[in-house]
Amino acid sequence: MADTVGTRGLEAIKAPLFREVKKGEMRKHIINLTVRNELGVLARIATLIAGKGYNIEGLSVGETHEKGISRMTLEVIGDDVVIDQVVKQLRKLIDTLKVKDLTDTPHVERELALVKVHTATPRARDEVLRLVEIFRAKVVDVSSETYTVEITGTEDKIKAFIELVRPFGIKEMARTGKIAMKREGSIQEEE
Amino acid sequence: MLRKGADIVIETLKEEGVELVFGHPGGAIMEVYDALYRDGYIKHILARHEQGAGHMAEGYAKATGKVGVAMSTSGPGATNLVTAIADAYMDSVPVVFITGQVPTHLIGNDAFQEVDIVGITRAITKHNFLVKKIEELPLILRQAFYIARTGRPGPVLVDIPKDITQKLSDVPVPTFDEVKESLPGYRPHLEGNLQQIKRAVRFILEAKRPVMYVGGGAVQAEAQKELVELAELMNIPVTTTNMGKGAFPELHPLSLHMLGMHGTYYANMAVYNCDLLIAVGARFDDRVTGKVEEFAPQAKIVHIDIDPASISKNIVVDVPIVGDVRIVLRKIIEELKREVAKTLYPEEKQKWIEQIEAWRKKHPLTYARSNSIIKPQYVIEQIYEATKGEAIITTGVGQHQMWSAMFYKYSFPRQFINSGGLGTMGFGFPAGIGAKLGRPEREVFVIDGDGSFMMTMQELITAVQYRVPVKVAIINNGYLGMVRQWQELFYERRYSEVDLSVQPDFVKLAEACGAAGFRAEKPSEVREIIEEALKIQDRPVIMDFHVDREENVLPMVPAGKSYRDMILEDGKKSVEAETMYLVG
Repeated sequence: MADTVGTRGLEAIKAPLFREVKKGEMRKHIINLTVRNELGVLARIATLIAGKGYNIEGLSVGETHEKGISRMTLEVIGDDVVIDQVVKQLRKLIDTLKVKDLTDTPHVERELALVKVHTATPRARDEVLRLVEIFRAKVVDVSSETYTVEITGTEDKIKAFIELVRPFGIKEMARTGKIAMKREGSIQEEE
Repeated sequence: MLRKGADIVIETLKEEGVELVFGHPGGAIMEVYDALYRDGYIKHILARHEQGAGHMAEGYAKATGKVGVAMSTSGPGATNLVTAIADAYMDSVPVVFITGQVPTHLIGNDAFQEVDIVGITRAITKHNFLVKKIEELPLILRQAFYIARTGRPGPVLVDIPKDITQKLSDVPVPTFDEVKESLPGYRPHLEGNLQQIKRAVRFILEAKRPVMYVGGGAVQAEAQKELVELAELMNIPVTTTNMGKGAFPELHPLSLHMLGMHGTYYANMAVYNCDLLIAVGARFDDRVTGKVEEFAPQAKIVHIDIDPASISKNIVVDVPIVGDVRIVLRKIIEELKREVAKTLYPEEKQKWIEQIEAWRKKHPLTYARSNSIIKPQYVIEQIYEATKGEAIITTGVGQHQMWSAMFYKYSFPRQFINSGGLGTMGFGFPAGIGAKLGRPEREVFVIDGDGSFMMTMQELITAVQYRVPVKVAIINNGYLGMVRQWQELFYERRYSEVDLSVQPDFVKLAEACGAAGFRAEKPSEVREIIEEALKIQDRPVIMDFHVDREENVLPMVPAGKSYRDMILEDGKKSVEAETMYLVG
């Protein structure tokens, strides 16, 4: 080592450095996709995410105002760095038109839940109705034993409502995945 | 004009300029084979196994830069293609795979020879299609070719149900513009961001110890001229990956040859100590970086790649440039010339070049020569000399592949064809057949291992049938040599299931198939049989070289380790590498 470094007049310096390897934080990401409504497009997206070893926590798909174009919102818990990679790979898919990780962008998000609550007693009916009013939910089906409540809002709001009606007994429940949209007038970022 | 779906397939292939396809027929694809027969223009190579057809199409595509085409029937025909599809995906090879499928009304019924090949290959194709209506057929086929060859190239599979090939339609073959317009979500970036290009230029001007690290993307983009120009203009040494071989001529004084696990000492030292790494069409594969934390730890990194998903995937880079390598390099060169290409630190740079020369002298690529036993490296050197460095080399996967990378010197792109990403044993021989059919004017040598060769040797009869004069040099050590080497180094010589010494007589095997066969057991016979083989131009030749059984591929950076853990050519760890000092 002396003869290579020394005689060349290059001062040998310090112990080896280490390259910083970026590791991200594990957290929930909300990814918005605009896709062509082609055969297998959902399977492609799911395959890609499963291939990274991640689970899709929430998913909603629906057509947009444009024919043949669907909008998809995905919720995935993952490492920031890996999700960044997932987003790039999603963009590479032939049938995706736009992919955006909305997690750190101001956005509006909503989900919808149908909750069938046991309301056999008058007290329960009163109490649940009051909650429905406070939460601006809607009773969409009534039987002698149950109310079925439709509630929309953020994840937190729906969670709060569910916790409040849980003591009455929830017979069944269905939730959509989240849908999300960037707020206008916020910091613009392409794609 | 009203014609069958099968005729539309042939018509579209011709429209795409296809002259040669590789494949194997069967029930679900019979209509297409009938159309092929009736039309008579496209030449078909009947492989003896669909995997062979797939690798031939890859070899053809890798050697010519054109899109390869492989065809098979449904079910087992399609699943036999899977390895070749995955291989093409990992190495970004433009191949269109056409598979027959059971008739539309039987799909999902567990019909005879039915398999969901679109589902199976979803994760290993750039894109794939199931044709549901005959009206879509010509557009889908043209989209397949367009997607396969543009952007970061890759395999595209088109699955065509039998009834679609039988139906009649007068749908026209769409024009190129219609194809482009039909894919609004697919727009490869080619130009590179000017801001980033300017930043890269600044880094290049300011660098004291720059290195270029060149991968397969530079071969795909045909950027040799630009690479040489940039290297010479700014006096930047160049190391290539296994896939990047030939992108920069290896006889050039600035060539450091290969880097990484079996890279040269001087390339790895240069990368470890550089202050600017310019990655060109390379993807920081684990076989290149070793331990990521210690890869080029001092360097700023400029990364030029056509695939945005490749950038900052394994290592976060300082200057990302998404674009076609050739276009971006050209812009960098123009910018540099505008800045009068004046390096800010001429003295330091000169010292850097001298330092690299010292490393090169200290540990050149070499091996222990022998007069009594054939050294595998010697065989490759002799092939190099006998072919004057002008042959196309294909290989299987293992020790022979690495020796071929080290001891043949490559001077033009598409000269070294091997399975870099997937590491498919058995790739070399069929790929060599495809390469020879694509480049008949070149000598094509398949440097294969005995293990690799036996995985696809059924294609010998294919090569005989079509009189393809490929030269197969089997580096025969009677072992799965690379696994054995790892067992020797990391498993205390417990040679678990790697002995292949029970093997066919390859000379008789060649003769049985109508090929020529030679054997060398002494060093003095090596050159002799290569010269004999070179005289044969009407059939394949098998050369069986009985080599030193326990020769190792060195130098070597053990998997997941740093360049500082390099095992040198004498099998010892270098003290210098261990304590490797950063210079500058």
